[in-house]
Amino acid sequence: MTIKMKPVDAVVIGMGWTGSILSMELALEGLNVVGLERGEYRDTSPDFTYPKAADELKYGIRGDMLRKLSKESVTVRHNEGDSAVPYRQYNAFLLPDNLGGAGMHWNGQHYRPSPEDLKFRSHNVQRYGANFLPANMTIQDYDLTYEELEPFLDKFEYLCGTSGQAGNLNGTMINGGNPFEGARSRPYPTPPVPNIYGAELFAQAARQMGYHPFPQPSANCSQPYTNFYGVRLGPCNLCGFCERFGCFLYSKGSPQTTVLPALRQKPNFELRTQSWVTRINLDNTGKRAIGVTYINAGGEEVFQPADLVVLSSFQLNNVRLMLMSGIGTPYDPSTGKGVIGKNFAYQMMSATSVFYDKDVPINPFIGAGSGGSVIIDEFNSDHFDHSKYGFVGGGYIIGGQTGGRPIQQLAVPSGTPAWGEAWKRAAKDNYLHATSVVSHGAVQSYQDAYLDLDPTYRDTLGNPLLRMTFDWHDNEYKMTQFLTDRVHEIVQQMKPKSYSTLMRKPGDHFNVRQYQTTHVTGGIITGADPSSSAVNRYLQSWDVPNLFVTGASAFPQNIGYNPTGLIGGLTYFAANAIRTQYLKSPGPLVQA
Amino acid sequence: MASKITPLRVVAGLVILGVVGLGVAVGAPVAFGGDSGNPSASLPVPITPALIQRGSYVAVEGDCAACHTNPGGQAFAGGLPINTPIGAVFTSNITPDKQTGIGSWSYGEFERAVRRGVRPDGTAMYPAMPFPSYAHIDDADMEALYAYFSKGVQPVVQQDKPANIPWPLSMRWPLTWWRWFFAPVVQPASAPGSAQDAELARGAYLVEGLEHCGTCHTDRGIGLQELALTPQGGPAYLAGAVVDNYSASDLRGDPLTGLGRWSEQDIVEFLQTGHNSKTAAFGGMTDVVTHSTSHMQLSDLQAIAHFIKSLPGSGQEQAFVYNPAVALELQRGDVSARGAQDYLNNCASCHLSSGAGYTDTFPALAGNPVVNAANPVSLIHIVLTGGSTPPTAGAPTSFTMPGFADRLSDQEVADIVTFIRSSWGNQGAPIDASTVAGVRKAINAPEPTLSK
Repeated sequence: MTIKMKPVDAVVIGMGWTGSILSMELALEGLNVVGLERGEYRDTSPDFTYPKAADELKYGIRGDMLRKLSKESVTVRHNEGDSAVPYRQYNAFLLPDNLGGAGMHWNGQHYRPSPEDLKFRSHNVQRYGANFLPANMTIQDYDLTYEELEPFLDKFEYLCGTSGQAGNLNGTMINGGNPFEGARSRPYPTPPVPNIYGAELFAQAARQMGYHPFPQPSANCSQPYTNFYGVRLGPCNLCGFCERFGCFLYSKGSPQTTVLPALRQKPNFELRTQSWVTRINLDNTGKRAIGVTYINAGGEEVFQPADLVVLSSFQLNNVRLMLMSGIGTPYDPSTGKGVIGKNFAYQMMSATSVFYDKDVPINPFIGAGSGGSVIIDEFNSDHFDHSKYGFVGGGYIIGGQTGGRPIQQLAVPSGTPAWGEAWKRAAKDNYLHATSVVSHGAVQSYQDAYLDLDPTYRDTLGNPLLRMTFDWHDNEYKMTQFLTDRVHEIVQQMKPKSYSTLMRKPGDHFNVRQYQTTHVTGGIITGADPSSSAVNRYLQSWDVPNLFVTGASAFPQNIGYNPTGLIGGLTYFAANAIRTQYLKSPGPLVQA
Repeated sequence: MASKITPLRVVAGLVILGVVGLGVAVGAPVAFGGDSGNPSASLPVPITPALIQRGSYVAVEGDCAACHTNPGGQAFAGGLPINTPIGAVFTSNITPDKQTGIGSWSYGEFERAVRRGVRPDGTAMYPAMPFPSYAHIDDADMEALYAYFSKGVQPVVQQDKPANIPWPLSMRWPLTWWRWFFAPVVQPASAPGSAQDAELARGAYLVEGLEHCGTCHTDRGIGLQELALTPQGGPAYLAGAVVDNYSASDLRGDPLTGLGRWSEQDIVEFLQTGHNSKTAAFGGMTDVVTHSTSHMQLSDLQAIAHFIKSLPGSGQEQAFVYNPAVALELQRGDVSARGAQDYLNNCASCHLSSGAGYTDTFPALAGNPVVNAANPVSLIHIVLTGGSTPPTAGAPTSFTMPGFADRLSDQEVADIVTFIRSSWGNQGAPIDASTVAGVRKAINAPEPTLSK
């Protein structure tokens, strides 16, 4: 027996970053909005107050903020012919859960894409020729330019009070910022968080080598900040508990610290937690969404009718819900046709631990998720001539550390035993004197990397799990080798006692037991053409025009940067189109 | 939250008064009660939408909702329990329902209740109802208030709960005596200099009357009457008092324990948002900001600030001078001072080693009147239970300080509080563990779960 709710103007599936922003923007437009969140309600207080927020075992290891994999997981395989098996322990990627979603447990690394990232196929073809791209690489252009997106990238930064140093202010280059960034219309809302010492050592070495180090742009506010919704954030104190943790200082940008306090005051918005959406319902034409079906806390099935549906859950779950709802044509890797599940991508890191003698006090417990670290961007996107290196894309190199947590962030030199007296001695000797330099590289999209529904495994409700088919490609091995060579040059210039590196080499397969970036993208990609993309430039479904699908599922390929800044910019771009165009005349905003 | 309404502590004193008899001369500060109103009077003006609108604003200024709207209940339907040492009383239904609310009251009955503390049957109210302050409301506002509660509020059928106070303590006749002794003559407030300064006059009118600030911020005498209801009543007026295990701050010009270092703008900002560059609201003040001051017009807040800044300090306190020595010690890693280590571990991440906090975010401890108050109960109370700033329309973020009762022993709290009160130029006296134990017991805060 399905419970039928009173119709509303808009229903939002998933109350993380993009769902919270769109709920607010639609509520400001006067719409009656219902936000559905499958997880629990949570807020800075009482959930993340000091000192209980700083519990590495609970949050860092046991992933208290994350979706319980025993309820719902993803199956993983490397190739089309393999059998996929469920992901049973968090490492390679994280499935968020609860109010605020991944926006509550990220590190706050807040980048904009490079202008060429949005036209990545045509840019590379134009510069290097069509043959430069490997045959099975399926990268695509966005149907929008950096200049069009800039006001909305800016808006998301001003939502978060993001700290950083502008490098290109309206075309004027500014020393100390990123010389490769697209022109920004305003400086960052708050100044950079001061460099931590490990980052400073990296910056000095990078500068000596002629690079242009700059403070990592960070949604860790460097000072208290009030955003345009009137919501106020606190200052980061570099407590070292950021990624996978709630921020007890109200400093890390999250729905809870930037949107929800104002959204909560809107009488035309209603939040329903423990509401697990299982289907977007369509009318009999299949061209119009009439609402969504969810399972409530009591296990009852509920139908919520709505004129407008926003699918704003996590990237992987967005894809799964589209497939379960039968919206759009599922992707077929053998033909490259179909769009739902297409162009799944990830990122590839290398990590170098850098060890100093006892006269160099790194004090790693001083660290922030993103503030205080230093970046060089010389080898990201197409910031350098790739022609002689034979690969597409790149990544940034970052120096510093995000904390000195005892379980996950205690590095010992290579060759140290994994336990026992020698390990203890090495841990003690090195803890205060180690930092790291990491390369953070893009993964391009390929015809054989995709998402579909698993034929075997099901969640606790009996619905099929999503299946991930993914492995590394030569382009990325070359990319990471190139970046890691540059890392080693800088590290040698830093003059440490020793260093050790973890890097993926040809022959290494994608390994879900290893942590790397966690940034999964694609599957409901944006583009100019319904035959090659699932949503238009406004993230509006080509097939069901009263459905908008937000988040990293829209990325046609991954970028070298962390994705959240681009996600926020695309969300505000879509919100603006809905408010100024769609609501006046509901229908397709781009004619196919 | 039973502690929400504090003045009902008065009730205990009233009963004492009744039992020991009122023959004792109590030095009543004002003339005997004045006339007792005319219960048969009818509203002398027609009820118009504009009058209702004005009345709704008067109700905000009077903060009627803070007591008469039970959290989670319907607006103005009453039922909020107020625990007193002799039993619980419950606020009344003031919606216009004819049977269970005040829908059948005449204007005269309404006026008599609000400004004189007399119920329609002629018996006296518990002075939890701040009628000694409301006596200063003028006729125009009274009429608007009546219009609002007659036509602007949704009637709700909800029976009042009788006070849970056993005989003989339940007798109301001593309340009448109390009213005769302590309730002032009904007349609009005035402050010295009001004639020349319209803003000051408006501020006095609001602070002494509708906002009834003295209910919490003025100390009470032997009959638990406010020692002064106006500035003319003496230097006790708004000089601070202990209410519900908090010390409501001295609002006068004292530089250390009062608002001597605040500008009028600081006061306005505090009333609008619950925080400013110096402090943040806690305890009962969060309700005041939530229900009343955050909804008030800027000009009225400015008038309140102007009036409050006209109240002189006692002249006994030296000016606060920030002393950087403690911050430098902490930054050097010197934690030899009593409480310094515990302060660093528990407090400094928000309030900083400098004690400066962050504007409108985490309150400053250096120079904060709450920290320097002679009575440390607020500081101890906040360390034990924490607090949240009120979310308001203009400042929707609620910043929360967690409670440390389950983490810190009485001795540790005493050490921290002593450290805070003696650092950065603060001049509060040291605190011992037994004082903390007393507060912990009084507010029923938990004990530490781990021993050292």
